[in-house]
Amino acid sequence: MSDVVLETRNLVKHFPVNQGIVVKSKVGAVRAVDGVDLQLRRGETLGVVGESGCGKSTLAKLLVGLEKPTSGSIMVRGQDMVRLRGGDLRRARRNIQMVLQDPYTSLNPRMTVGDIIGEPFEIHPEVVPRGKRQQAVQDLLDTVGLNPDHISRYPHQFSGGQRQRIGIARALALKPEIIVCDEPVSALDVSIQAQVINLLERLQDDFGLSYIFIAHDLSVVRHIADRVAVMYLGKIVEQGHDVAIYDQPTHPYTQALLSAVPVPDPRLRGRRDQIVLEGDVPSPADPPSGCRFRTRCWKAQHICAEQEPQLLIRERSPHPSACHFAEIRRIR
Amino acid sequence: MTDIQASMDVLPGLDPRAPLLQINDLHVEFRTRDGVAKAVNGASFRLSPGETLAILGESGCGKSVTAQAIMGILESPPGHITRGEVRYRGVDLLKLPEHERRKVRANKIAMIFQDALSALNPVYTVGFQLAELFRAHRGMSRADAKNRAIGLLDQVRIPAARARINDYPHQFSGGMRQRVMIAMALALDPEVLIADEPTTALDVTVQAQIMSLLAELQRQRNMGLILITHDMGVVADVADRISVMYAGRVIEEAPVYDIYARPAHPYTRALLESIPRLDLKGHQLTAIRGLPPVLTDIPSGCAFNPRCRYAKDPCLQDPPPPAYAIAPHRTARCHFFREVLGE
Repeated sequence: MSDVVLETRNLVKHFPVNQGIVVKSKVGAVRAVDGVDLQLRRGETLGVVGESGCGKSTLAKLLVGLEKPTSGSIMVRGQDMVRLRGGDLRRARRNIQMVLQDPYTSLNPRMTVGDIIGEPFEIHPEVVPRGKRQQAVQDLLDTVGLNPDHISRYPHQFSGGQRQRIGIARALALKPEIIVCDEPVSALDVSIQAQVINLLERLQDDFGLSYIFIAHDLSVVRHIADRVAVMYLGKIVEQGHDVAIYDQPTHPYTQALLSAVPVPDPRLRGRRDQIVLEGDVPSPADPPSGCRFRTRCWKAQHICAEQEPQLLIRERSPHPSACHFAEIRRIR
Repeated sequence: MTDIQASMDVLPGLDPRAPLLQINDLHVEFRTRDGVAKAVNGASFRLSPGETLAILGESGCGKSVTAQAIMGILESPPGHITRGEVRYRGVDLLKLPEHERRKVRANKIAMIFQDALSALNPVYTVGFQLAELFRAHRGMSRADAKNRAIGLLDQVRIPAARARINDYPHQFSGGMRQRVMIAMALALDPEVLIADEPTTALDVTVQAQIMSLLAELQRQRNMGLILITHDMGVVADVADRISVMYAGRVIEEAPVYDIYARPAHPYTRALLESIPRLDLKGHQLTAIRGLPPVLTDIPSGCAFNPRCRYAKDPCLQDPPPPAYAIAPHRTARCHFFREVLGE
């Protein structure tokens, strides 16, 4: 397993809920990420899908070190990012970078594109010597398909798709092995989405990058991901190769999620296998006992409230699924 | 019935046999410091009772501005309707004085928005805001209006409606808030509902709930529904007809089955091809090159010509391509539609 570049073990992030203005006391916790194990191999794309509030963005922040986990470990090339300090941590963080969702708010409007993409070199001066930085930034602009002469322009002079390319160039600056993409195309129009997805795939081939690709759009994830993890309320409920998840889902939540995605083909209207779930996602501050999906699940039995199902390969699930009654059901 | 309801019937020129809603050659521009942005440049649609028309397009194509112009809620200045007609049952709404126009809004044509949290008033309870409609438009008593409000929340399947009418908008989840807004739009039994990206802010499982609710309410009431969206999946699920907009023009109009099977405009075709599909896994997506036009500087001729792989000389020349009738109920604004259709 030497080609594993990133591995998390029982990763947990709880945000405390405090009460009181002068004397604060902790009255509970939002369990945003609650025991996540995942592995990312070299050159691979792991898609993470789930609805809002499932903890996928918190997971992204934990991976790049923007949030400190409550417990658990994040192993990158054999080093535990959670335990590293000082210069060791700084060097390790070069290896795992991030592309953010909103290209409008994630770029400082008062910095030029050259300053934005060059900022990682200021923080990690050992990567590129000062004299060569402008050339490095122009090379990066060229790599992501922008005009290198636009180095002194400001973000507002670019369109949404071009800004996302700037964000990607910034993530590439330190030559990382791993890029965490948090909803990188969901703010973009359809015609522009395809350009950015193609760019990400080309960069992966050129530089041997590994991606964690977080998105709520299942068709985009299906296109780009080699393996997929489905999250619900802070936990991974099903994990496997893209074909396994999309063609042979065994967890009821994955099945409902897949069936809810509208298909751009009117001939399938009324002939699709539609599972309409009741209600909303429960609050992660007070998740249901046992299986967290049981309050919306049509298969729920007594055991689901009492015993939490583990993410395991099961008799009727050839890939890991966290459901006592996991069973393949082809959607549509 | 109050005076507002009674005077509805004397709306001058109202003809019950005329089309429910017909928009002819609508032009809207925004006069800004940076120049005149031409948001809508001759849009035409028709809507019949019980029909779902999808207006499909990317950001900046003029789909929301068109809806605002129909509703009469366009911010002016900077927005100006420079030409065109919005006919409801034969009456041109754009020529009506504001006090007549108010009778149509909510009573006959209602609208729901993408972001329910900002569309609802945060300082009043949901029950108050619903009841207010009946009190203002129907002159009902407080108690009657409250009961109607509860009935409406029941209809849009909000659990425990009687208790929840005392809640404020922020106490509802995103999906439930969208239901409240649908209830509010349907309160006065409109004949036309305009839904502007009603599920864009919602998760897919909640989106499925809301779309099936909308479809059911539409069927019960035989309402005309205009669905404004950029999501080609949602459109394929619910629409009867589609109008695709680009740079303020309807560049293709067709029944839903035809447009997905055989698009006639290069832009529609490119949009459909840029969606990730199962059989394209591991291949490059067909991206549309370039960017949508800046509305203050729309290219001459066909606005799509700089991005189009079929473009030839005539496409660069004004006037822009006319709406060629390519089949019954089907038009496309492309000189080379035969080539695009693959004939």
